[in-house]
Amino acid sequence: MEPIKLSFNVDGENFVSAGEASTAVKTTLKKMGFPGDTVRRVAIAMYEAEINMVIHAHGGTVDVEICPDKIVIVLADKGPGIPNIDLAMQEGYSTAPDDVRSLGFGAGMGLPNIKKYSDDLEIETELGVGTTLTITINC
Amino acid sequence: MTVTELAAACGFTPIHIADETAPIKGAYACDLLSWVIGRAEEGAALVTVMTNVNVIAVSVMAELPCVVLCESVTPDEVTLQKARDQGVSILSSSKPTYETCLAIGKVL
Ligand SMILES: Nc1ncnc2c1ncn2[C@@H]1O[C@H](COP(=O)(O)OP(=O)(O)OP(=O)(O)O)[C@@H](O)[C@H]1O
Ligand SMILES: [Mg+2]
Repeated sequence: MEPIKLSFNVDGENFVSAGEASTAVKTTLKKMGFPGDTVRRVAIAMYEAEINMVIHAHGGTVDVEICPDKIVIVLADKGPGIPNIDLAMQEGYSTAPDDVRSLGFGAGMGLPNIKKYSDDLEIETELGVGTTLTITINC
Repeated sequence: MTVTELAAACGFTPIHIADETAPIKGAYACDLLSWVIGRAEEGAALVTVMTNVNVIAVSVMAELPCVVLCESVTPDEVTLQKARDQGVSILSSSKPTYETCLAIGKVL
């Protein structure tokens, strides 16, 4: 099977449409017959990364590559970058503003969740330039 | 137990019933969405006072068939529409979170 490629634009600061890309990928994987556990892990990891782009980075782009044995999700933004990745990866660390916290975000659990549900997580970030997450989930 | 049976057994008001057959396998109570998506188990009812549309998105990703809104809080129209579109049931409980969970715990 040739890998299937899907691409999405994620609108920054739009909390109503946030999650649409993740929902579309979840629906596609389900239709293709991927195991329920794989679909759920992709959905959770991708949603957390998608919502981070909305909250912290004014949106960005998502490219998903679906292979029979793995799913690779690349999320790229032109946001502020992450000054300290080790700190950002810690459970409970969050710089989410108050208005976002009132929606239920800002627990500082998003990046740890991505790590937990993926098989590989790579973060490339440069201050003032942007952040790219590459999430790999094996089937 | 189905969502309709849960509502009847606990005295919750159905606001939207999406799937009559989806089994409710447990419950998870929290208002912070990253805790919910990271820790709730598939099939759980989400017990919360959060009513914004992201609660539905999180329920879809984590495969939580039903949201139980405590303290009689009501979902806004955007949230309700997303619940209809995405097949997530919404029940309303007049009680606080703790008492709502106690009621669910007795019948599950
Ligand atoms: N794409 C990004 N661009 C810039 N900073 C980011 C990005 N993603 C995460 N961060 C930084 O890392 C921190 C931790 O992210 P994480 O997703 O774990 O928690 P959160 O988004 O603050 O809260 P939660 O995910 O629990 O709702 C964020 O508060 C933010 O400072
Ligand atoms: Mg986050």
